[in-house]
Amino acid sequence: MAIGWYLSVSAIIFCIGSAGVLTHRNPLVILLCLELMLNAANLALVAFSRMWGGEDGQVFALIVMVVAACEVTVGLGLIVAIYRRRMPIDVDELNELQG
Amino acid sequence: MSAVLFFIAAIGAIAGAIGVVTLRNPFYSVLALVVHLICLAVLFLLLRAEFVAAAQVVVYAGAVMVLYVFVVAYVGGGEQMLGGAVLRVLGPLFALALAIELCIAMLGSALKGVSGKGAPYVSGFGTPAHIGTLFLTKYLFPFEVASILLLVAAVGAVVLARRRRGLEEPDEQFELRIRAPRPAYTGTMAEAAGTRIAETVPEPERVGDVSTHEGGW
Repeated sequence: MAIGWYLSVSAIIFCIGSAGVLTHRNPLVILLCLELMLNAANLALVAFSRMWGGEDGQVFALIVMVVAACEVTVGLGLIVAIYRRRMPIDVDELNELQG
Repeated sequence: MSAVLFFIAAIGAIAGAIGVVTLRNPFYSVLALVVHLICLAVLFLLLRAEFVAAAQVVVYAGAVMVLYVFVVAYVGGGEQMLGGAVLRVLGPLFALALAIELCIAMLGSALKGVSGKGAPYVSGFGTPAHIGTLFLTKYLFPFEVASILLLVAAVGAVVLARRRRGLEEPDEQFELRIRAPRPAYTGTMAEAAGTRIAETVPEPERVGDVSTHEGGW
């Protein structure tokens, strides 16, 4: 398969993820959609690494996975802390830091 | 063969992504993301990235998704709320504009490799040995930064999600049991140890106060 096919799949997944981030209010689902976008970037990185025949893109795909795991850990910790304080789990209501 | 596998995996990945965004229940969204991740791992295998595919399945679909399932079960998920009227229209429009822009960028790119099948396959491409060598030689600094980032995230998650006033204060249930009204000098271990002062007057309001206490910040 030509590399362009993989890139177009990656672009479609990225757009679906960005639409999800923009339309949802539940932070859990927003985190899931962020995962989609990071995975789309990963697919593009791996596709380009195949295209050039170097493994550098795969190395950075692994580092993106590490960053995604950290983001999930901290994000889910925040959601659990919000839930413990009996606050609404809704990004539109949690706007006290807005200034 | 590889074309058939590519289309099956690509359709699975895109369907999983659409499922994540459209399903009402967050629990089903997580399951759709698992499907998406496994299909993506197949795509990685087709791109000869064996180690990345294995890490994807083990770390993502295994560990991270279990964390998600636990939190969705703990928080309860409930109905998925969509944003306000403005964002509900503007969000998909923005995504469509982004898709068109990315298509233009891809079609207009002068990269010859995009329409080709990529570099010739070298034996050992994408194996753990090659990736590990790169991590410990050329990309040592990103590797160390990633490990520090993982440590910071682990400590941060523990600090964020721990139960406040957990260890500093005495156990509430234990307190309740000791304070329960009972006749003085009936020979309890608590009296012998000196932790319970003999008292004849029960304290009902104290009991009620304790029972409504909730853990939290």
